[in-house]
Amino acid sequence: MRSDFVRREVATGLRRNVTMTVAMVLTTAISLALLGTGMLAVRTIDSTESLYADRLEIQVALTQDVSAADQDCSQPICSGLKKTLENSPLVESVTFESQQEAYTRFQQLFAGQSIADVARPQSLPATLRVKLADQQTGADAVRQAMNGQVGVRTIIDQRDVVGKLFDFLGGVRNVTFALALVQAVAALLLISNTVQVSAYTRRVEVGVMRLVGATRWYTQLPFLIEAVLTGVVGAVLAGVGLVVAKFAFIDDLLAGIAQNGVIPPITIYDVLETSIWLLPIGAAIAGVTGYVTLRLYVKV
Amino acid sequence: MVAMATVATHEGSSLPLTLGDGRGGIRERSPRRAEGAGRTRVAGAAPGTVPTVIRLERVTKMYKTSTRPALDRVSVSVDKGEFVFLIGPSGSGKSTFLRLLLREDVPTRGRITVADLDVAKLPRRRVPRLRQRIGVVFQDFRLLPNRTVGGNVAFALEVIGKPQATIARVVPEVLELVGLEGKADRMPHELSGGEQQRVAIARAFVNRPLVLLADEPTGNLDPDTSQDIMLLLERINRTGTTVVMATHDHSIVDSMRRRVVELDLGQVVRDESRGVYGVGR
Repeated sequence: MRSDFVRREVATGLRRNVTMTVAMVLTTAISLALLGTGMLAVRTIDSTESLYADRLEIQVALTQDVSAADQDCSQPICSGLKKTLENSPLVESVTFESQQEAYTRFQQLFAGQSIADVARPQSLPATLRVKLADQQTGADAVRQAMNGQVGVRTIIDQRDVVGKLFDFLGGVRNVTFALALVQAVAALLLISNTVQVSAYTRRVEVGVMRLVGATRWYTQLPFLIEAVLTGVVGAVLAGVGLVVAKFAFIDDLLAGIAQNGVIPPITIYDVLETSIWLLPIGAAIAGVTGYVTLRLYVKV
Repeated sequence: MVAMATVATHEGSSLPLTLGDGRGGIRERSPRRAEGAGRTRVAGAAPGTVPTVIRLERVTKMYKTSTRPALDRVSVSVDKGEFVFLIGPSGSGKSTFLRLLLREDVPTRGRITVADLDVAKLPRRRVPRLRQRIGVVFQDFRLLPNRTVGGNVAFALEVIGKPQATIARVVPEVLELVGLEGKADRMPHELSGGEQQRVAIARAFVNRPLVLLADEPTGNLDPDTSQDIMLLLERINRTGTTVVMATHDHSIVDSMRRRVVELDLGQVVRDESRGVYGVGR
């Protein structure tokens, strides 16, 4: 294989229909950028899940009278509930938060907001905070054991709250993947079309090559390299786009929640690692599209 | 027609060879043509010692869009070093004949061999090997307009992976052979039609093919230039290269007195050595 020959052919091919090449690169880039965004969303969901996995608790809120009467869980109703929970193998630990402690935490949480001034210790329930040993089945077991028991007002599973966050992130992921898919179809068709146009503009060359007995590699490789090159350039552009987007939008957007530790921040490493994946994906998709096009539509 | 063919070929001591073309056509090989075949030929060699380069055995080609076969049980064999005219009206199957040899198409029935390759059964990846043994020339030259004369000829070698050193040595040689020495750096559009066809022939011949197929190579040229091209093809033929030339040009066929295979409606209606274009013309 003479590399200078192939290089020359590729350069000519790309130059000859430069507008198509640009369109192809941009479409590929947008598609891959969306794919990258989706991948970042998946990544965030994963790391958020692991971030919360050991923090999530079940809160068993006690009724008003028990909360008011028992400040240290020493009385029979509260201690009975606590004992029941602690005896379960699915439970790792149980801590008691009294009305007063809940009030202190509430004040910290909503410091400076008007709701903090309105709240009184009596209006907050005392809770048994249950850390689960078994994340899978523990929650349901606690719920079953506590539901309807004397002294229990409500059972709050923090995962229900976090679940909403996951739903949001999952939504972001699904939307970007859907858009990426639509763009990918457009990119594929463009690549396919460009390969056909490219082959058509070089039909004399290709015809001569076939007649003098050039192997398929010689006749097809320039077209394939063109396609793959487009995919790679598109992927690089997509990567650059993601980095720019991270600093321009994502950081601002997530600044609030990421700083509070609600979700882990998206770092530049996350973006770069994702972008690196886009390279082989772009190259492979473009290459396969080019190859299939050559096999189906172009007699090379 | 068979009778006429026999008459036309009954000169000199000939070695009759019956060809199973399904219609009783008779072809005879004359010693004169044997001499013309060049260095590989031993004078007076018995038939069978000269290797057959092209062999079609009851080849039928049907196209999906037509009820009549483009080629109908065609049997022809061509020895190494022969010069064969393929004649017949448009639509008689000449192009199909050439396309099948090049494996641009596969026959519906029958067997084709070129050299030792079973053309129809050749796996896709080995088709280039077949085509490297066949040079092709067309009526419309098919030169690359953006490459010089030398570049056009070199292209044929570049794309089959010949080393640069070989290309640099061989291209001037073949340009000299076709009478284009000193014109390697010209662009095709600066050349006359005859010169362009010489470039095309140089390109077809530069890899020293076993067979040169020419599809109406003089179709776009005036009679004098056509004659020059024919002299060139003869010269190439004398190097031992088998030449098969499809043509409509009466005067060329008549003046060359080489083997003529005539097709009509996809069938071989005449196959005679030292033939003329039209019987009785």
